[in-house]
Amino acid sequence: MNIAPKSSFVLSQRHLLGIAGLSHADIVGLLDLAEEFVELNRRIEKKTTGLRGRTLINMFFEASTRTQASFELAGKRLGADVMNMSVSSSSIRKGETLIDTAVTLNAMHPDLIVMRHHASGAVELLAQKVDCSVINAGDGQHEHPTQALLDALTIRRNKGPIEGLTVAICGDIMHSRVARSNIILLNTLGARVRVVAPSTLLPPGIERFGVEVARDMREGLAGADIVMMLRLQRERMNGSFVPSTQEYFAYFGLDQKKLAYAKPGALVMHPGPMNRGVEIDSFVADGAQSLIREQVEMGVAVRMAVLEALSRNLPNA
Amino acid sequence: MIMSDRRDRRPILLTNARVIDPSRDLDFPGDLLMADGVIRDAKRGIGAAGVPEGTEVIDCRGHIVAPGLIDMRAFVGEPGAEGRESIASASQAAAAGGVTTIICQPDTTPAIDDPAVVDYVLRRARDTAIVNVHPMAALTKSLEGLEMAEIGLLKAAGAVAFTDGARSVTNAQVMRRALVYAGDFDVLIVHHTEDPNLVGEGVMNEGEFAARLGLIGVPKAAETIILERDVRLVALTGGRYHAASISCAESLEVLRRAKDAGLSVTASASINHLALNEIDVGQYRTFFKLAPPLRAEDDRMALAAALAEGLIDVVMSDHNPQDVEVKRLPFAEASAGAIGIETMLPAGLRLVNNGELKLITLLKAMSSRPAELLGLPGGSLRPGAPADVVVIDPDVPWVLDSDELKSKCRNTPFDEARMQGRAVRTIVAGRTVYEYV
Repeated sequence: MNIAPKSSFVLSQRHLLGIAGLSHADIVGLLDLAEEFVELNRRIEKKTTGLRGRTLINMFFEASTRTQASFELAGKRLGADVMNMSVSSSSIRKGETLIDTAVTLNAMHPDLIVMRHHASGAVELLAQKVDCSVINAGDGQHEHPTQALLDALTIRRNKGPIEGLTVAICGDIMHSRVARSNIILLNTLGARVRVVAPSTLLPPGIERFGVEVARDMREGLAGADIVMMLRLQRERMNGSFVPSTQEYFAYFGLDQKKLAYAKPGALVMHPGPMNRGVEIDSFVADGAQSLIREQVEMGVAVRMAVLEALSRNLPNA
Repeated sequence: MIMSDRRDRRPILLTNARVIDPSRDLDFPGDLLMADGVIRDAKRGIGAAGVPEGTEVIDCRGHIVAPGLIDMRAFVGEPGAEGRESIASASQAAAAGGVTTIICQPDTTPAIDDPAVVDYVLRRARDTAIVNVHPMAALTKSLEGLEMAEIGLLKAAGAVAFTDGARSVTNAQVMRRALVYAGDFDVLIVHHTEDPNLVGEGVMNEGEFAARLGLIGVPKAAETIILERDVRLVALTGGRYHAASISCAESLEVLRRAKDAGLSVTASASINHLALNEIDVGQYRTFFKLAPPLRAEDDRMALAAALAEGLIDVVMSDHNPQDVEVKRLPFAEASAGAIGIETMLPAGLRLVNNGELKLITLLKAMSSRPAELLGLPGGSLRPGAPADVVVIDPDVPWVLDSDELKSKCRNTPFDEARMQGRAVRTIVAGRTVYEYV
């Protein structure tokens, strides 16, 4: 059985490097296409043929469980041959540069490369050196476009149109590519975006991103329809950016008390992996207002939509 | 490269020129006569009749004749990294850019922190360079910012100033003692003003643009805090101090206060910070990764205005050759630095053409002012001064092709830039070492 999606949406660019390059129509087109894959993914027979004969390389220079698995499944469900390259077994460890690796992989004629890298701009650099489509699965502190898309899909399915919703993004905004992509996407779709963090975790210049800035959770969560929590990296917890995990949790950790500052029925999101007891407490993470598991489900559908929409631009398609 | 051909020793008469001598604030149509490696005369109408027999007469067709440029800050890879840039290749690049004197920085391997290394650099320059080369020596041993280098012996060996190159001396006590001690020898201390802790992992100007690119920013305070501290140490010690490369408007305030207080404080800005801004970084273009980083347009304009009024004393190239291997990397991992010795003048002419600066002011900051600060005999067209001269066509349009640059590295931020004006002839010690054809 093969059910091709009805949407004929084509992304009008070769790569997906960030949300920054996408129009309102691009984002809606991708979300609509993803909706169809949500339905497909819930069937017993999940395989379609949009990427049959295509080769997808997953290149992860940074450890990842869910994003890598999500892209792998997305590629396989679309019928592509998927190869996973992880850092530990790669020649990067032997001193080969990113560009050498790119040129080497390019010679194997992949159709799509999904890449995550610890340096901002690394995916853009790769895209300049290869002939295939490149998808950013997270570059440093810059962008993580598929995360923002899956967050938007999750919000849309639970709250309806994103326009007019208030979304509070809380935590380590400074080091978060998820925050950057979400701010751009949610602004494009007309949401009211607020960032909530201690000042040490806000990037200088954030007030020019078209967001409201709050330094405490009561003010930041007031009237929020969506509370989006961010992961705080372990190396930033102890004295460098915040004094301790205890203090951070006391002021910025999402528990039921702080969630009550938001609109009744507000929904909670987290890109994962969570630090329970640091930025979010387990009652909230696993509670009725949490969308965290649904985000993971939407992740596969959104990545299928991105792969499908880009592959429609590939030669001989 | 050594040309001892008798013909090269002929006197040279440059006629039909616009003679600009920033050391005497002169700008007049006239001629310039050079013989025996020195300038004989510069005046209206020397004419071919009044010159020694055998003089080579060059018609400048109205082009500008000025003192050869002195580049006060260039990182050359010799000794230790000749593959990146040797003294010879740097001198070729310099000649093509109208630069007749290179002041090379001590960040070499080994560092220029020992009189023997100064001697080595000077001998290599004598044997391989087509322009003058003078080293600055390390202010502290191994550029570590901990123990003073042998300032007296290094000066005696030929070091023209003392600096830790691209590094800052973070320990205020070390800086204080160096300023005091250097004062006894009347030497200039040149200091890179960037607090390494505030720079941290920063790779470009802090602000919205860095935040959007997901890059860590370098706050301007990393520069102003060190500069402010140094100014106070100069007030305490009476040393002679020069800020190596300032990048932002806030530093100008500090500089102005120091000068108003009569302290011996001067400063350079790199041609990059005068001609470019942070937006040029674009999508992670590593050739625009510099230390200090390119700042906002407001800062660039403030630097240009400060240069125009003389608050900034010197314009230098900050020439820093970097291999492709260390530049073709993600932005945060790439090395900082850009080559610039060959493009310093044309990039500077942009400011003149844009009306931000008078030509004589630019030339002063690139020749007579560094000569004064370093105690060098060049930077002037006075009779008796070294016959180091540049002929500039201020109008010729050309497009910069990085493959045609003489440097061994290609990391120019001006590749494919449209330029107006350049050096068309460079003369060192009375010999033509470069001609633009």
